[in-house]
Amino acid sequence: MDAILLQVLNGLDKGSAYALIALGLTLIFGTLGVVNFAHGALFMIGAFCTVTFNNLLSYERVTLSDTELSPWGTPLEIQTPYVELWFGELGATMIDYSVFWSILFAIPVMLLIGIVMERGLIKHFYKRPHADQILVTFGLAIVLQEVIKSVYGANPIPQPAPEAFVGSIDVGVWIGMAENSLVYPIWRLVYFLFAAVVIGSIFAFLRYTTFGMVVRAGMADRETVGLLGINIDKRFTAMFGLASVVTGLAGVMYTPILSPNYHMGMDFLVLCFVVVVVGGMGSLAGAVAAGFLLGILQSFASMPEVKDFLLGFSIDQVIIYLVAVIILLTRPRGLMGRKGVMET
Amino acid sequence: MLRTLRTNNDRTLMILFTIIVLAGPLILAPVGAGYPDLMQRFVIYGIFAIGFNILFGLTGYLSFGHAAFLGVGSYSALWMMKLLSINILPAIIFSVVVSGLFALLIGFISLRRSGIYFSILTLAFAQMSYNLAYSVLTPITNGETGLQLDLDDPRILDGATEAGRLASPSLFGLEMGDTAVVPFLGMELQFNVGFYISALILIGMFYLSLRIFRSPFGMILRAVKSNQTRLNYTGFNSRPYTLTAFVISGMYAGLAGALLVCMDPLAGAERMQWTASGEVVLMTIMGGAGTLIGPVLGAGIIKYFENIFSRINESVVQGWFSALPEGLADFLVAVVSPFLGSGWHISLGLIFMLVVIFLPGGLVEGATRILNLFKRLSQARKAPADRADTDSTDEKRSSEGPSSSSVNTRES
Repeated sequence: MDAILLQVLNGLDKGSAYALIALGLTLIFGTLGVVNFAHGALFMIGAFCTVTFNNLLSYERVTLSDTELSPWGTPLEIQTPYVELWFGELGATMIDYSVFWSILFAIPVMLLIGIVMERGLIKHFYKRPHADQILVTFGLAIVLQEVIKSVYGANPIPQPAPEAFVGSIDVGVWIGMAENSLVYPIWRLVYFLFAAVVIGSIFAFLRYTTFGMVVRAGMADRETVGLLGINIDKRFTAMFGLASVVTGLAGVMYTPILSPNYHMGMDFLVLCFVVVVVGGMGSLAGAVAAGFLLGILQSFASMPEVKDFLLGFSIDQVIIYLVAVIILLTRPRGLMGRKGVMET
Repeated sequence: MLRTLRTNNDRTLMILFTIIVLAGPLILAPVGAGYPDLMQRFVIYGIFAIGFNILFGLTGYLSFGHAAFLGVGSYSALWMMKLLSINILPAIIFSVVVSGLFALLIGFISLRRSGIYFSILTLAFAQMSYNLAYSVLTPITNGETGLQLDLDDPRILDGATEAGRLASPSLFGLEMGDTAVVPFLGMELQFNVGFYISALILIGMFYLSLRIFRSPFGMILRAVKSNQTRLNYTGFNSRPYTLTAFVISGMYAGLAGALLVCMDPLAGAERMQWTASGEVVLMTIMGGAGTLIGPVLGAGIIKYFENIFSRINESVVQGWFSALPEGLADFLVAVVSPFLGSGWHISLGLIFMLVVIFLPGGLVEGATRILNLFKRLSQARKAPADRADTDSTDEKRSSEGPSSSSVNTRES
């Protein structure tokens, strides 16, 4: 029982990331009908927003010490971040919590990138065949990835979690289990909660605001909404920006779990495509459910018991694809796919 | 062989293609690409792209997982070399068969869906194969290190002959690495055995694809691309045809993989990664999907620029602009150098995007457009009032030219 619960928890953080990225993909797909191969790049850019913001925050002033000497006899260099100079103790806390501050930094950046991408490039591809849309976003993904690589280098850049969230907590005690039976890293829990909040607010936004209502109507029948005198294109552009923000934030918060590197976007994107297909193309709830489901499934597949059962083959790397194959053979529209979405 | 081609155009194309490929060392030496390794790469990726074009160019099914077949072909060829004989013939035959079977399996599942679903499914399968090769199937693929020839390989047929050193792949004693260097007009022309074996295979494969393009089978594949629903309504079950096309193009990829191993007996999992799949898509689009010569052209151009661009480093760039005033030179170096050297992928991505945006038919379409422009200009000069003539040439162009773009735009 403990082991099962632990695997469920372990699957949550990956599942949250899958769910967030897949949600962004589905938002773009459902509104604009474009499959965005550059979506993984948005996730990666989000992660690198954290790196940039952290670098900016901890920009240091270097002074030479009058009294102390470094081990090789030269005056010791004292490096103090400017933020600490200006704000003192508060500045140090700011640096410590830079991951959270990065969210505020990433939102406008991602919004801008999303809107520029839609208005500058993808807008011109609505009337073109899907193959062209895939190809041009694929090219864009290569360009974005390589630009990040040339700016930040090819090595992963580790980002620390805030001091207070390092380490693990005993989750088992909360639900009345013995101590130390269910220990779980705090940051992963934070990530899951964050994802839940973001997903919840997206759904609430679409469900309870007029803007969301118009967007949903546009997803169902774009032409009619347009004929009613509503500028649906503008709203869809906003949704592209929103999807880009969601994906970027998924990247921002994921940095303490996985050190940002330039190819993380594509690694996740391939899996998230599978998630979207399993969940059902165009279904937001399906994308989220399939994201969590596959994340948890993946962590189950990495259990040693499963490995023993399969005569020593570890299938955690391929389980998602196998499930996708089975689902597509039995339920070709995915778990919650509707009829008439991308049937051609 | 030539008599089987129905029109004179095809015959000329075939003859020209053969001559150009066989004269490869002579043509490529002046542009700095005349060494065996690179030329062999041109030819091998040309085969890969031709195969991909049979699927994508004809049926419009965009596979994002073709590198998987390349990788499977490489691994099976290498295993054949390890177990049976260092001769490349059994290795090539075996890898074509294996990759064909693999393509049959994957195609059977992925072709149940079309459009975006199909692309995503093939991408997922390729990524799965990559992961399998990288970790799970380490006993077969040697995981991260990559599979290579070993001194104590059994090699049932010719294992005992040369003990003590690694054998190099050969065709009945003709070693792939053998090169005859001929000085010519101050250049060194390198005639390489491996290149000519691959080149002959390329010519054969080009002929095969030409025949497929002109066959009734090819017509049905084109019909799938332009309107699959209507094709189904006329009573054709299109899936066997698309599956056949998928398997054929998978076999082409397996053949290319086997030839890569023949050139350099080493197979790694990264050959199956999505970037490799993307590369063949790039080649085909760049040259012109749905055209005969386009994919080979695209493969050559991309491999050439990969080789040339990635070797240019910052000091070379500084050399270019050294004649300019200093501030301007520094500025130009700073602007240009991120796109060259190790960052050449940026320029590749940009060029690719530009081609997709402005020239969806690839370079071949660009060339035809320019040719037509010239034709129209000269006609306008000759007979300004003759409207009917220009109309008929327009019609001719749209019916027989590389019509992938015009078909594309008609789909909504």
